[in-house]
Order: sequence, then C-alpha cells, then structure tokens
Amino acid sequence: MSMIEFRDVQKYYGNFHALKDINLKIDKGETVVLVGPSGSGKSTLARTVNGLETIQEGQLIVNGRDISDKKTDINRIRKDVGMVFQHFNLYANKDVLENVMLAPRTVLKLSEEENKKTAMALLDQVGLADKAHNMPSQISGGQKQRVAIARSLAMKPRCMLFDEPTSALDPEMIDDVLGVIKYVTSQSDMTSLIVTHEMGFAQEVANRVIFMDNGQILEDDPTDIFFKQPTNDRAKQFLSKIIQH
Amino acid sequence: MINLLTHNWNSFITGFGWTVLSSVLALFFSLIIGSLVAILEVLPNKFFRIIGKIYVEIFRNIPLLVITMFFYLVIPLYVVKINGFTAGTIGLTIYTSAFIAETVRAGINSVDIGQMEAARSQGMTFWQAMRYIVLPQAFKLVIPPLGNQFVNLVKNSSVLAFVAGFDLMYQGNAIASQTFDTVNTYLIVGLFYLIITLPISYYMQYLERKLA
Repeated sequence: MSMIEFRDVQKYYGNFHALKDINLKIDKGETVVLVGPSGSGKSTLARTVNGLETIQEGQLIVNGRDISDKKTDINRIRKDVGMVFQHFNLYANKDVLENVMLAPRTVLKLSEEENKKTAMALLDQVGLADKAHNMPSQISGGQKQRVAIARSLAMKPRCMLFDEPTSALDPEMIDDVLGVIKYVTSQSDMTSLIVTHEMGFAQEVANRVIFMDNGQILEDDPTDIFFKQPTNDRAKQFLSKIIQH
Repeated sequence: MINLLTHNWNSFITGFGWTVLSSVLALFFSLIIGSLVAILEVLPNKFFRIIGKIYVEIFRNIPLLVITMFFYLVIPLYVVKINGFTAGTIGLTIYTSAFIAETVRAGINSVDIGQMEAARSQGMTFWQAMRYIVLPQAFKLVIPPLGNQFVNLVKNSSVLAFVAGFDLMYQGNAIASQTFDTVNTYLIVGLFYLIITLPISYYMQYLERKLA
C-alpha cells in the first residue's frame, strides 16, 4: 500500500511552474532518494508532502489522507510525517531535551514521565544523551542535526522527510548524521523520502532513486539501475559530473 | 527651588501620581494591544494582516495630541462622557500600541522562520508554535526597543496637560502661572519625570543583560 501518492500534481510560485505533472507513488517501508541539480524542485516536492508548500493542482495522498483537500486536517497528517531540515531548525529557546519533548507534549499530550523516558532513549540512540541539558547554540552542527532527527522520531512518525540533511554540515560531521539516518531508514515499517547530494549514501540506503530537473521527474529507477544504466540524458549527464568527486 | 517644591509639594505629588497611574495603565494596555496587533500582522490570513497594518499606519502617523483631543472632545459628544485623564490615557495607549506593534512585529520576523516550520511540521498549531517558540524569542529580542517605547510613553503622558488630566505637566503649568517661577517649576517637573524614566531605562538594561 502506498504511503505517499502524487497524482498529476502542479505547483506554482506566481508564474513560476515549480512542480510539473508529478506522478509518484512511494510504498510503505520504502526509502526513496531524490537527487537533481539545485533549483530542480526536490526540496519543494518534499515540502509538499507535509503541507509546508501547497499544491495548486492535482491530488496528493499521504498516509491515506488527501492533503490537497481543504477539509483535511493538516496537523493530523503532520503528526505522522517527520521532517529534518537542512538548517536543523532547532528551537533556540529550548534545551536539547525540551526540543525533543515539546511536540509530544503539546500535540500528542504524552505524560511527562513517558515523554521524558522516550526522549532520553532517543537522545541516547543518536549518541547525545549527555547533551540533554545543553542549549542548541552550545552544540555542533552535526549534533544539532542528530537532535533534530531525535525530535522528529519522538512523534513516532510513519514517514520521514529529509531535506538535504547534511548540506550545511562540516565534512567531518556528515558521517555521524548519515549513520543515524541509515539506522532510521532501516526500520522495516519506516517510509523515507531523502533529498541529498550524497551519492554514496544514496546507493547504500535507497530502494529507489528519483532524478528531478526543472520541476519534473525525469528518472525513477531501482537504485542499482539508476546508478548503472540511467536512461534519461539529463540524468546521465548529472551522474557523470557527480561521480567524478 | 526647595521653597517652591515644599510650598507646592501637594500639587507636584498629585501630578506625579496621575502621571505614574496614566503611564502604568497605558503601558499595560498598549503592550497587550500592541502585541495582539503585531500578531495580526504576521497571521497567515491576509485579511487580518491588512487590519493590523491599517491600525498601525493610522495611529502611528497621527500626532498623539490629535488622537487625545479626539477622545477628549469628540467621543463625549457622540458616545460616552469621559474625563481628561481617561481621554489622555486612552489616546496614549492607542498611540503607543501602534509603535509597540511595529517593534514586536520586527521581533517576531527576526526569529528564523525555520523554527516556525519545524514546529508546524511536528503538528503544532500556529498558536502553539507562536506561544512556545516564536514569541518567547521575539520578546527577548525586542526588550531594548520596548524600553525606548516605555520611556517615550512616560514622556508623552505630558499630553494629559492639554486635556486637564491633572498630571505632572498640568500641575507644573498651574504652579508656573501662579508663582511666575517658570525656570524652577519646569526644572522640578523635569526631575520628577526622571524619577520615573531613569529606573525604567536601567531596569531594561538589566533585563537585557540578564536574558542575553
């Protein structure tokens, strides 16, 4: 059964056609990596899935709910869809532990005791239990991103969106964060959509790779095929440039 | 000067009291109204944003004295009888709230939008995100400019003198015209204003350091 389904989706910013005829089905448990040049619409596509960007035409079904229908309670969908941002977006006025505990408390109405237990367990999982009482400004970029991942997981989402999670990190920090993401995506019932430029990582974790350019999906293949024999010329050109690194 | 002060002590203290009362009331209500208008101005709904913008642009661009006169002379004619003190304090509140709205709005806008997005992406409502994430940070940022607004408010409360509000400036005018000692009278009035405004300045600086 599909977790995310785009049906003829169109997205415009004024006159700019940002997403063109998007048709895409992502099944439960799949890990899909989205690649493409800057400005191709990858992030925009990921951000439509939890309604941070609205779509103008077409249908977008997330976890059985039609996000394009105005009657749909967007907050209900967002509870099930975690998002990790390029710039972490930690709550600057809350310490690390509170960053993880805030949404489960306000949205899920979890008891303090249970909430704290889950939060500490998650921080432990991402290797940051000892930073629980630090403020976001006191930890490194890589640590911030791991806290952000723990924060998303605290909502027990069925689906995770990663929007260039390592693009703002020092090279040395990237591996730690990718390690955590790899662990998250390996959970059998977790559906993930990852926007990234890390091709090695994509090869390792993805079931499927999607290539976008100019707001269109140009290639949508199982991972092996995408890297070995892409059919689209623009995708081939893109890969040949990236692989050299 | 000491003589002038002791002979007119009751008048000065009465004026000081009304000035403090008017300032405290106007400060309290303008902070509430200003913050609400600031929130209107950042709501997703365009209609509310326009309402907020209109409020700010009207009241910040009309002289305080005109707003006050309107409440002193026009409102009693058509709506309800109010005295000079009330009219002055309402005028002061409305005028100051427009400036506070702009200050708070700037504070809200300077909190990185990513935090709002993160909160919304976790299923929090706009109001929850505002309450727990954005507003606490915004208020911290706007403490220094708010301090300026508070000091301005106290000084602007001298508008009450024009509408028989019995405040410091009003008493000062009265004493000066009785004693003809204008120099010392207004020096004393000035000192009384400093007694209110200096502590506000210092308290704001203290808060700024403490919360930084």
